[in-house]
Amino acid sequence: MDCSAALREQLREACAKGQKLEIRGSGSKTFYGRPVRADGIVDVHEHIGILAYEPSELFLTARAGTPLREIDAALAERGQMLPFEPPRFGAQASIGGTVACGFSGPRRPYAGAVKDHILGVRILNGLGEDLHFGGTVLKNVAGYDVARLMAGSLGSLALILEVTVKVLPRPTLERTLVQECSADQALQKLRRWMMRSTPISASAHYQDTLYLRLSGQEHRVRNFAEQSGGEILDDDRGARFWEDLREQGLDFFCGDAPLWRLSLPAAAPQQPADFGASLWEWGGQQRWLRAVPDPLALRHWAQSQGGHATLFRATPGAAVEIFQELPPPLFALHQRLKAAFDPKGILNPGRLYAGL
Amino acid sequence: MNLAAKAREDLLTALAAVLPADALLTDPESLRPYECDGLSALRGMPLCVALPDTADAVAAVLATCHRFGVAVVPRGAGTGLSGGARPTAGAVLLSMARLRDMGEIDLANRTIRVGPGVRNLAISEKTRPHGFYYAPDPSSQIACSIGGNLAENSGGVHCLKYGLTTHNVLAAEMLDAHGQRLEIGSLAPDSPGYNLLSLLIGSEGLLGVVTSCQLRLLPVPEQTVLLMAAFAEVARAADAVSAIIAAGIIPAGLEMMDRLAIAAAEDFVHVGYPRAAAAILLCELDGDAQEIAGDQERVETILREHGVTDLRLARDEATRLALWKGRKAAFPAVGRLAPDYYCMDGTIPRARLAEVLERIAELSREYGLQVANVFHAGDGNLHPLILYDANQEGQQERAERLGAEILALCVQVGGTITGEHGVGVEKLDSMCVQFTSEELAQLHRIKAAFDPEGRLNPGKAVPSLHRCAELGAMHVHGGALPFPELERF
Repeated sequence: MDCSAALREQLREACAKGQKLEIRGSGSKTFYGRPVRADGIVDVHEHIGILAYEPSELFLTARAGTPLREIDAALAERGQMLPFEPPRFGAQASIGGTVACGFSGPRRPYAGAVKDHILGVRILNGLGEDLHFGGTVLKNVAGYDVARLMAGSLGSLALILEVTVKVLPRPTLERTLVQECSADQALQKLRRWMMRSTPISASAHYQDTLYLRLSGQEHRVRNFAEQSGGEILDDDRGARFWEDLREQGLDFFCGDAPLWRLSLPAAAPQQPADFGASLWEWGGQQRWLRAVPDPLALRHWAQSQGGHATLFRATPGAAVEIFQELPPPLFALHQRLKAAFDPKGILNPGRLYAGL
Repeated sequence: MNLAAKAREDLLTALAAVLPADALLTDPESLRPYECDGLSALRGMPLCVALPDTADAVAAVLATCHRFGVAVVPRGAGTGLSGGARPTAGAVLLSMARLRDMGEIDLANRTIRVGPGVRNLAISEKTRPHGFYYAPDPSSQIACSIGGNLAENSGGVHCLKYGLTTHNVLAAEMLDAHGQRLEIGSLAPDSPGYNLLSLLIGSEGLLGVVTSCQLRLLPVPEQTVLLMAAFAEVARAADAVSAIIAAGIIPAGLEMMDRLAIAAAEDFVHVGYPRAAAAILLCELDGDAQEIAGDQERVETILREHGVTDLRLARDEATRLALWKGRKAAFPAVGRLAPDYYCMDGTIPRARLAEVLERIAELSREYGLQVANVFHAGDGNLHPLILYDANQEGQQERAERLGAEILALCVQVGGTITGEHGVGVEKLDSMCVQFTSEELAQLHRIKAAFDPEGRLNPGKAVPSLHRCAELGAMHVHGGALPFPELERF
């Protein structure tokens, strides 16, 4: 259903009145980011539909509210996939919300992030103007890359109406290999494997076990598994592990304790054990922590390693900032950029940072 | 001394104070080599040329220009094809060519830190002994610099599989128009705040000046083979490309040349391209031996199904590089066919290729100018090369008009006016065809957020609304509106 005209009208009216709006899709990711203080909600979840899908051109265009499961099903029918393997965190999770949050899943280090696969967007800026940037082709340098800027902007620059993403062929075969080892040993192994081309398409360490997903032609997968040792899980169990990891359904993620996310360079060592219980994926570049006794120490450590820490799921009324603070000149640039898209500050005010 | 001359003297004195002795060029003779970039039809003389060799010196130049309210035009190796580094009258030309530092290869993070003046090819030459390379390989890679690659979001012949510059840069250190330093991106998979790195890459020197960047390195593939396939019809070749991709194969490279380009390349490099063919495809596969064998068999089957007339396999490095040489030298090769050529850079959906080439052939007859086509078939990036003679009255203007019509055609079939060469000065008018006035105004506001006084590379990349309005009026009055169904403003 095309709701773009109504959405445009709502934004124009809100802009005229200076009324602040919270952008809402299916609501699967409302937990993420800072609380928004808004006068009303602009609802995108009925703005749905796949508008174009050309398997041989490797692109798909969908309205922002289109559920990921619908997109995944359309792609699977033609043997293709979203390369960044986004988490859903809800049955109705949409492509628009995924782009706005900038979420990528287990395949991210091996196939790229959501930002790498955005080819074009249609957006409404804070003035309610209906704008297209990018397109459906892989190569396009006309104008600044506004489409990729939308990834992770949390609706604070514009409301996303449509997204065009690059899609890729689904691997012909995937196997999950498990090896018992410590987190530190697992990091060392992955670092060695990073030095050459391997069939690894996902990696995680959890409960003294290294999980590797191997993708591609059968002989490559088999050779790698034979050389590196370990046990191959049966296909269902393997696929379920990666889905549970992606959707945060593993035991590790249960309960109400705040969930922290570290994003780190590949060379970062295992973090001190007293930072809290942890599991990692993305070759150690994305780490999850629970029961963190000293969030500031964690944040300081992440920064000292060249990375950053995010309070991914907070308990209500948390006293720490959700996202790592930006250096003042960079934050000032963020504010000017926000004003360039949304001069009245009506879109998701405060979701990313106070003052944005 | 009049006031303007006095101001110029004061500026030059201030710049000289922050630069090494040989790093400020002011006399007309030394400025001459800088009057154009790779698009030599567009020329202009800069106020002076600054050649700093450190990031601090670049910052000092920018701060000085800020103080004097003078504009700055950043320049890399000067190989750009859209006039992005063409000097602006009264502006300082800031050459980044001397920032050539290359850090040690960081194996643990699979990255290397390089200065913007480092040549593209030098990075792979340095990292290959360690088993790594830098993937984007624009055909100018021998000469072009990485700073220019970031400014243009350069591609190359391997982007379908390995991405553009934007996919292969992890972080950049940038100076704004005031000379203030900002760290954009990081070695982590993402950074807090907005995704400014994507915005910076491809911004044609309008948002900031990059003084250093961290590049992603990839392991060198174990093996590489190249297939060359000839076809009697362009449409057959285009369909074969779509069929290969639809079959789930992502070749490392997939290139096409038409008859005129084949003949020109063959005359130039003598590698045995079949002159009788209407089109040839170059399809490169990489990986381990077994992986390649599997894909190669499937690609060959598809090529046969599409009526390939001549199929050759380059397994050894020498033959492979020879076959690539013709493609990489296609521009200079075509350049030998006429005194001048004008290189276009549109992108189109692959499925529309046959139709677009047919329409280009019609336009070519209409304008009485030959057009050769080379095509990054994998990613839809089309380079029509318009042959003309600038010494013949009116030919250059005809070539430019033909070029603009080709770009409008690219937009009409759902593509874009520039795939990798950038807008620069050259395609400002075509930007008016692709974007609405509201979209252009949004782009101007982004520029103002980075550079409120509009002093970095002014007048490039994004046309003023005034220019588009005038252009629209001109087209309507001339009765030559190429696509009346397109919105005009």
